[in-house]
Amino acid sequence: MSFQVAMFYLFAAILLSSAAMVVTIRNPVKAVLFLVLAFVSAASLWILLEAEFLAIVLVLVYVGAVMVLFLFVVMMIDVNLAALKEGFVRYLPLGGIVALLMVVEMGLVVGPRRFGLARVPAPAAFGPHYDNTRVLGRLLYTVYVYPFELAAVILLVAIVAAIAPTMRRRPDTKYQDAARQVSVTARQRLRMIKMPAEPKIPSEPKA
Amino acid sequence: MVSLSDYLILGAVLFAIGIVGVFLNRKNLVVLLMAIELILLAVNMNFIAFSHFLGSASGQVFVFFILTVAAAESAIGLAILIVLFRNRKTINVDEFDKLRG
Repeated sequence: MSFQVAMFYLFAAILLSSAAMVVTIRNPVKAVLFLVLAFVSAASLWILLEAEFLAIVLVLVYVGAVMVLFLFVVMMIDVNLAALKEGFVRYLPLGGIVALLMVVEMGLVVGPRRFGLARVPAPAAFGPHYDNTRVLGRLLYTVYVYPFELAAVILLVAIVAAIAPTMRRRPDTKYQDAARQVSVTARQRLRMIKMPAEPKIPSEPKA
Repeated sequence: MVSLSDYLILGAVLFAIGIVGVFLNRKNLVVLLMAIELILLAVNMNFIAFSHFLGSASGQVFVFFILTVAAAESAIGLAILIVLFRNRKTINVDEFDKLRG
């Protein structure tokens, strides 16, 4: 068994066991942490598959941003854990049967008979001068430049859609309306009035 | 050597674990979102395995876009979750039946 195969089985075992922990563990905070472990071992598997850029993106963007977002949300809402876990045992047989059937079916389709090394031989490893990021970038900015820009629009929509529903309007907060401040005229602030001059105080008569 | 079918079976098992997660955590909306993340990870694993074994980098570009859309999806999902929790004080899926006629 070569080093690569040993690494594959090690990371696959970590990935599958941590994924199983994500869906079965009681505490959502621990579930997020196991999901982080699953993503990191998946990134290691992607490095085995010579997809270095995406492995790094998975760790940086997914573990660094999305999982931290999950962690924030899980810690922000205090959940009644006991109530959420009822029905766990009730759905276990059904879910297990469905999952087992799916694994057997997909195993029959993608098993070694069709996608084994005899049918799909392993490609020769890229040399030390292969630059995965350069290859992806060249593809992304030429062939896939239109989907790339669409992805940017999707991210913008996601920003707006994530912020807009969570904005709260509080009627009791005092804030300045900059537009009204700027468009104010002197006439609204200053009023010129005409009034008669004060009458002269008569001097006291001399005694 | 590791064959393509090893990676595909790994992706299939990961996908099945995600499906089990949807079944088991029907009440907890956060864990439901995490199970969806697992399913997307399985899909990405298949894309990268095919990209490696067929010698085409286009599969990795697809994974790039899937990651983008998945990040957007989870951000919007968590924002909706926050709003739901603020209004209903629960994230139990069974109690979100206000729209039932």
